[in-house]
Amino acid sequence: MAGESNGAGVFGSSIRRREDPELITGRAKYTDDLQLPNTAHCTILRSDYAHAKINSIDASEAEALDGVIAVYTASDIAESGVPGGIPVGWLLPDMVIPEHFMLAKDTTRYVGDGVAIVVAEDQYTAHDALDLIYVDYDPRDGVADPKKATEEGAPLVHDEAQNNIAFDWEIGDKESADTAFANAAHVASLDIVNNRLIPNAMEPRAALADYNNITGELTLYMTTQNPHIHRLLMSLASLGLPEHKIRVIAPEVGGGFGSKIHHYADEAIAAWASMQLGRPVKWTATRTETYLTDAHGRDHVTHAEMAIDANGKFTGLRVDTYAAMGAYLSTFAPAVPTYLYGTLMSGEYDLPAIHCHVYGVFTHTVPVDAYRGAGRPEATFVVERLVDEAARVTGLDPAEIRRRNFVAPDNFPFQTQVALAYDSGNYEGALDKALEAIGYDDFRKEQAALREQGRYVGIGLSTYIEACGLAPSAVVGSLGAQAGQWESAVVRVHATGKVTVYSGCSGHGQGHETTYAQIVASALGVPYEDIDVIEGDSGVMPHGWGTYGSRSAATGGSAIASAAEKVVDKARTIAAHLLEAAEEDLEFEDGNFFVKGSPDQAQSLPDVALQAYLAHNLPKGIEPALEATSFYDPENFVFPFGTHIAVVEVCANTGQVDLQRYLAVDDVGNVINPMIVDGQVHGGIAQGVGQSLYETAVYDEGANLLSGTMLDYAVPKAHFLPSFETDRTVTPCPHNPLGVKGVGEAGTIASPAAVVNAVVDALSPFGVNHIDMPVTSEKVWNAMN
Amino acid sequence: MYPSKFDYHRPSSVQEAVQILSDNPDAKVLAGGHSLIPVMKLRLAAPAALVDIGRIDALQGISRSNGSLRIGACVTYNEIANSADVQAAAPLLAEAAGQIGDRQVRYRGTIGGNLSHADPASDLPAAALALGATLHVTGTGGSRSVSASDFFVDLMMTALQPDEILTEVEIPATAAGTGSAYVKFEHPASGYALCGAAALVSRGDGGSCTGASLCFNGVSSTAVSASGVASGLVGSDLSDDAIVSAVSGLSIPDATGDMFASAGYRQELAKSIGIQALLTARDRA
Repeated sequence: MAGESNGAGVFGSSIRRREDPELITGRAKYTDDLQLPNTAHCTILRSDYAHAKINSIDASEAEALDGVIAVYTASDIAESGVPGGIPVGWLLPDMVIPEHFMLAKDTTRYVGDGVAIVVAEDQYTAHDALDLIYVDYDPRDGVADPKKATEEGAPLVHDEAQNNIAFDWEIGDKESADTAFANAAHVASLDIVNNRLIPNAMEPRAALADYNNITGELTLYMTTQNPHIHRLLMSLASLGLPEHKIRVIAPEVGGGFGSKIHHYADEAIAAWASMQLGRPVKWTATRTETYLTDAHGRDHVTHAEMAIDANGKFTGLRVDTYAAMGAYLSTFAPAVPTYLYGTLMSGEYDLPAIHCHVYGVFTHTVPVDAYRGAGRPEATFVVERLVDEAARVTGLDPAEIRRRNFVAPDNFPFQTQVALAYDSGNYEGALDKALEAIGYDDFRKEQAALREQGRYVGIGLSTYIEACGLAPSAVVGSLGAQAGQWESAVVRVHATGKVTVYSGCSGHGQGHETTYAQIVASALGVPYEDIDVIEGDSGVMPHGWGTYGSRSAATGGSAIASAAEKVVDKARTIAAHLLEAAEEDLEFEDGNFFVKGSPDQAQSLPDVALQAYLAHNLPKGIEPALEATSFYDPENFVFPFGTHIAVVEVCANTGQVDLQRYLAVDDVGNVINPMIVDGQVHGGIAQGVGQSLYETAVYDEGANLLSGTMLDYAVPKAHFLPSFETDRTVTPCPHNPLGVKGVGEAGTIASPAAVVNAVVDALSPFGVNHIDMPVTSEKVWNAMN
Repeated sequence: MYPSKFDYHRPSSVQEAVQILSDNPDAKVLAGGHSLIPVMKLRLAAPAALVDIGRIDALQGISRSNGSLRIGACVTYNEIANSADVQAAAPLLAEAAGQIGDRQVRYRGTIGGNLSHADPASDLPAAALALGATLHVTGTGGSRSVSASDFFVDLMMTALQPDEILTEVEIPATAAGTGSAYVKFEHPASGYALCGAAALVSRGDGGSCTGASLCFNGVSSTAVSASGVASGLVGSDLSDDAIVSAVSGLSIPDATGDMFASAGYRQELAKSIGIQALLTARDRA
């Protein structure tokens, strides 16, 4: 890496990820790799029933098994005096918040709900003992479909939630939307199911808890995207230990996609067991457990309609959604189908009237929470499918109807009817670039010719916007968040001029160690190689809120830039003193301070750092050492946007969809590392293609999870995908110091609509105007026959 | 994913192996392990003992003699797919083996394990059926031969007795003038066949069809032969129309319907994939 990167030019260059050599050679240490002496192993007995009363639990055989240390049930946790709760961290008005205890007390509410804990000397014994616990269940009816769950007579998940409704939420203005429909020349209307997804991070969740019963300190190594949030919730809701006595450490974390944001029972159980026994306890999910317990994503049933005037202008949008919450309210679950969904309903369009109504619904399923995109893919799918349907009913080309309705480039900042104020954008610019690259006009000619031969190709546009970079703390607080959303950074220049950066974000595959070092190298003018980045340890860095919501560049990166600026300011004061010059006369270039016009008489940042540490000759009032801390609270969300285009051919004989081309033009603002941005776009697209063509969590009528293994749940494989074509436009974010937006979720948000729009376009000769995801070959075949 | 406790035996001869099986009614044979180990880790199977036959020399090797191909039960998919002998004498088998799973699976999984497990969605049963394979098995009572058409009894059930091991697969060499093809419509999650079609087509000097075979994986509870299609083709000119017409009436009894694909759709796939396989086999004849 040496020589590749020095100083200012490093921001914006495709430096190879410094994380990768350790990751790809197997040197990296994940939670399950960590070994502490005298560790006991924990397994959790899970309900086989979607809904059952627990009459009794007989653990005597399990307890008698050689190597079993203890078997615990909910009553043991309750009697230990800890709070034992698994809380929800986002409150909506009048929301029903049922008790969620670390283990089911007397009722199980989904297949996978924890019933008992085994702690044993080794993993094998801990699993063997599960088979020796006999639970007398009284099975009850379950319900998995979020709309059916609200119907009269549906089995109740929680007695206190009538019709299983957790919350009834709306945004926008129903009256103005209704007026738009009353006056509409055309109405486009669709019923849409947004299929339930299972996250499938490569590394299963795990926890290694080490409670010291002499000091009362708990060290908890765990798979987390946000160690400080987990520390807070462990302290307040689950374990009752003082926050300062808990240290949460994220070793390498093998992917999350949101699933490692949430506070689950399992990691708290490992910690609690360690507290009971005074020895380390490890829990690692089996892959089956990841299917049964990692919070799922999506799962909406929606009716949506667009009012359109005679000129093809959108005049109103109405959306009604039943959004599954699953059996309990997970950490940020209520925010996902509300403030991360309804607020996105304006899309890229100047939509004068919008109303979005959402029921959050309990079902006898794994809880649903944020999964890559979190609400925004669902919203984008509704809007972009509806726009294509609007094109169909008006007879306009899908590209043309979008042009007629885009927010114009000179209309920013743009206040939508659903709370968000878009700060910047040039939507037609991205559309034009994408249409030209794909050869849109030629494609339409070729499509017509191929149809004559009985071949069916289609093209699908998704002109998406998203709101990410979570987020202004006061704003999210006013909407119900029980958390701040600012971010922290420490930039510490050591006496030798080497630099350590601490961030409150917590990467799990995003490449922060590389990109954050690039930011600091540019800001301080020191070699990239001289900068290390440390994340993911609540005992080491100031409080931070973690990595999710495409926030780590916009908030974490901005905090780092702000801390680096403070360092430069202090260094300038010291340098001016050493150069016997006035601060305002100093230039700072490539890491050197010098008086304008005299670059040969320079004080480098390492020179200044050494003097700052020696403190033999500092200006009056200046403290020794050279470091700065910043807590950065963003002014607004950031708003990436772009145009994605999918080209498909459907096989007339089998119905199989062949994704032939996929092109993305994204605008994520300034780019710190183009290769990492491309990687994020590629992964996001793959995941969105997965939702659109392959993935779905299937529950039967009794709410049993049928797609519980990788044999049944289709994660897309490399050979299913074409080589993606990516490009960018750059509209810098106007309100953060780096001009960056977010990129982690853009591909997942944009792509499902692009793919399904392409399939529907291909099937238009068959009178098809919608097809639900995943678009399997059988669904397509049925649509064609 | 932790299996229950089990005993482990590693016999060095077939006789020793079948004796262990006979003495341990709850034992299972371990070959490549790519079907057995996952179900053990899921605790869907908990055999009291495993009999690892992977080190028995007699179960290794591929040989050709007197117009037939003999493949030891522990020969891997990868060896079969890349064997010059198999490619020459039974290209259908090589093609099917090359489509199983991924590279890692093909380096471990074995033909004997595959056929004995009798997963109807796996790729080799239809090929074995189409090729008219003979399966040689040995038990404590001696050795016997079973034709592929008698071997597959039902879903994951074969003609093997509890103390018997499949030792060798014998396949008549595919004659000159015969083309073959294995076409798979893959399940996107598992990679197994939602429908796999194994076809053999023989052409006489005049160009007309002198023999055909079409067998399917994945469509019903065992690999099945569509004998009506094959007999309908014999004597035809093997034109596209003739092939489409021969397949048009195809109906596979007791087609499987599940959450991935309905029985009706599997029937339609069988037609479409069957036609593709026959057309390709014809072109190679």
